Amino acid sequence: MTVLDTPAWRPRADAAPLLPDPEPYRLLGTPAAADLDPALLGLLYGQLVRGRRYNVQATALTKQGRLAVYPSSTGQEACEIAAALALRPRDWLFPSYRDTLAVVARGVDPVEALTLLRGDWHTGYDSREHRVAPLSTPLATQLPHAVGLAHAARLSGDPVAALAMVGDGGTSEGDFHEALNFAAVWKAPVVFLVQNNGFAISVPLAKQTAAPTFAHKAVGYGMPGRLVDGNDVAAVHEVLTEAVERARDGGGPTLVEAVTYRIDAHTNADDATRYREESEVAAWRAHDPVELLERELTARGLLDDAARQRALDDAEAMAADLRERMHAEPQLDPMELFEHVYADLTPQLREQAAQLRAEMAAERQS
Amino acid sequence: MTTATSAADRAAAPTRRPATMAQALNQALRDALTADPAVHVMGEDVGTLGGVFRITDGLTRDFGEDRCTDTPLAEAGILGAAVGMAMYGLRPVVEMQFDAFAYPAFEQLVSHVSRMRNRTRGALPMPITVRIPYGGGIGGVEHHSDSSEAYYLHTPGLHVVTPATVEDAYGLLRAAIASDDPVIFLEPKRLYWSKADWSPQEPSTVPPIGRAVVRRPGRTATLITYGPSLPVCLEAAEAATEEGWDLGVVDLRSLVPFDEETVAEAVRGTGRAVVVHESSGFGGAGAEIAARITERCFHHLEAPVLRVAGFDIPYPPPMLERHHLPGVDRILDAVGRLQWEER
Ligand SMILES: Cc1ncc(C[n+]2csc(CCOP(=O)(O)OP(=O)(O)O)c2C)c(N)n1
Ligand SMILES: [Mg+2]
Repeated sequence: MTVLDTPAWRPRADAAPLLPDPEPYRLLGTPAAADLDPALLGLLYGQLVRGRRYNVQATALTKQGRLAVYPSSTGQEACEIAAALALRPRDWLFPSYRDTLAVVARGVDPVEALTLLRGDWHTGYDSREHRVAPLSTPLATQLPHAVGLAHAARLSGDPVAALAMVGDGGTSEGDFHEALNFAAVWKAPVVFLVQNNGFAISVPLAKQTAAPTFAHKAVGYGMPGRLVDGNDVAAVHEVLTEAVERARDGGGPTLVEAVTYRIDAHTNADDATRYREESEVAAWRAHDPVELLERELTARGLLDDAARQRALDDAEAMAADLRERMHAEPQLDPMELFEHVYADLTPQLREQAAQLRAEMAAERQS
Repeated sequence: MTTATSAADRAAAPTRRPATMAQALNQALRDALTADPAVHVMGEDVGTLGGVFRITDGLTRDFGEDRCTDTPLAEAGILGAAVGMAMYGLRPVVEMQFDAFAYPAFEQLVSHVSRMRNRTRGALPMPITVRIPYGGGIGGVEHHSDSSEAYYLHTPGLHVVTPATVEDAYGLLRAAIASDDPVIFLEPKRLYWSKADWSPQEPSTVPPIGRAVVRRPGRTATLITYGPSLPVCLEAAEAATEEGWDLGVVDLRSLVPFDEETVAEAVRGTGRAVVVHESSGFGGAGAEIAARITERCFHHLEAPVLRVAGFDIPYPPPMLERHHLPGVDRILDAVGRLQWEER
């Protein structure tokens, strides 16, 4: 035996099949779109229109003081919707803090999805019931969780996959790299969706990465990387669905980079004029996910004015309901602060709870 | 008025003008960058944006990208790179965007920054300043309001300081950057917009790290506090006069090193002490302070040293945070329990 015969010497996989396409994958407006199922396109369209309306409504709620903050996904609705719809009921979604729309599209009540941002509790929905992990504010920390959950599902023999969402900025965190490595080594049924929206708050891509694309990062870990037009909902949906199915079927993880753009400021508290040109925003507005699909549907005769109006009305009803319910004061019991720290209250917490109860009673009397 | 006259005027009596703590911090960074070419500021969004709290506003424009640098989004990377820069003789000043986002850098901090001097018998000091906006009261969603000082003060090798006034914000940050040891510089974010008449031309007021200050003398009991709780304690002391209590207030400014002299002297003068901070009480800074007061002042104490602190819970959501933060009533309540009847 020489070193040439040892496992360390030879590359363990052929890198070429793992490489992403040189250009983002697209379907809408291409000849391949002719094969797309009209029913699927109709479903995606309705969801996109709702998604856009949801972003507009949530942003308005910040102005009315009903949300503490809102990180808008305007312009990124195709990714948000496709991520949710690529999953089956038993699969899990691991959203980042910007992804309340994906959470809503997965079926969580919008009011529950917005609890964190309204500020009445941290996670407002039942993660186990919906199979949606808590929105992750510490960036990229949810990615190893997704790997672990997917690994656990595989160990249990369950046909369950996890889809984890992260931003371009989040890929710089150590947790991103550790998650990808674990996923590939364990062949975990997990899909990583990087929404490359051009910015991490004010920091542009050039200061975030020197990689050819984020999708290329997959190769270094030994999983396929896919590059897709993140505003082409049909393309994102197809790529994610394939990746999730492959994962569920034991094919291992995939890294998907969706190229998109954050149309709004980082949050309502941010002033994007400090760090980017309006012309860039305008260029991306002209590549709008809702319009891209609308154009396709119209060209194929699948969308008339009546159908369009129905989608808008449906979105409007959702927004009206959300508005009304968000304007109601949430019923809060401060004593709940002590309830979920441990399974059982410690003696110290019991004492502190009694103190707060007494304080509140005194406050009511005065 | 000629320029010459105004310069002379300024030299004689520096003009004081209203400034926010954020502006004072910005000025301290500017002056440090000007004074020492080894000083480098870096962090997430500190460049073009000027930081999410605008503390680094204009620094990249005025000093260039190499002196104030937007880094990739990775706190362990930021602090780890700062270690290497310090090894080469630079003086990095890094910003962690929020308290809870400093945690990915914890390993670099505990395993390297804090103990590099010790490991290398002094060959590799770590003149690094880690600026961390901390604390609650700003309606932030989860992970934006932690008071993380206890983690740091329990780590030997780190200085831990926190200003509570505009003037100290400037002075302490200059002192932190000038220090040859690593300094965790905790910026109380709800005081960023607090204002005072202040003049950056008075460097004589720069407090050395490790000195507490008596903000209000008092005869009947002493409140010991720091950072975001100082204004609350001063308000409580004012309100206490109605109850006939004359409360003194000590602002620690520096948790490590800890100024036992100033604290002990104040407590010996009153015989009663309450430590106030908004981080959780259990295993918090107040536990250390109370223990030291007991050790140093036992024979002067008329009552056990009490603590008023945040509850032992994860930081609450915005709509509930007022129940968690120590307020005037909770402080006065504690003062009322200092065994006055046994006098
Ligand atoms: C560990 C950590 N560091 C810093 C932050 C503060 N922060 C919140 S969002 C953000 C930028 C995120 O950029 P990206 O990952 O591209 O996501 P996007 O906002 O574009 O959706 C930063 C720095 C954080 N939430 N977590
Ligand atoms: Mg981004």
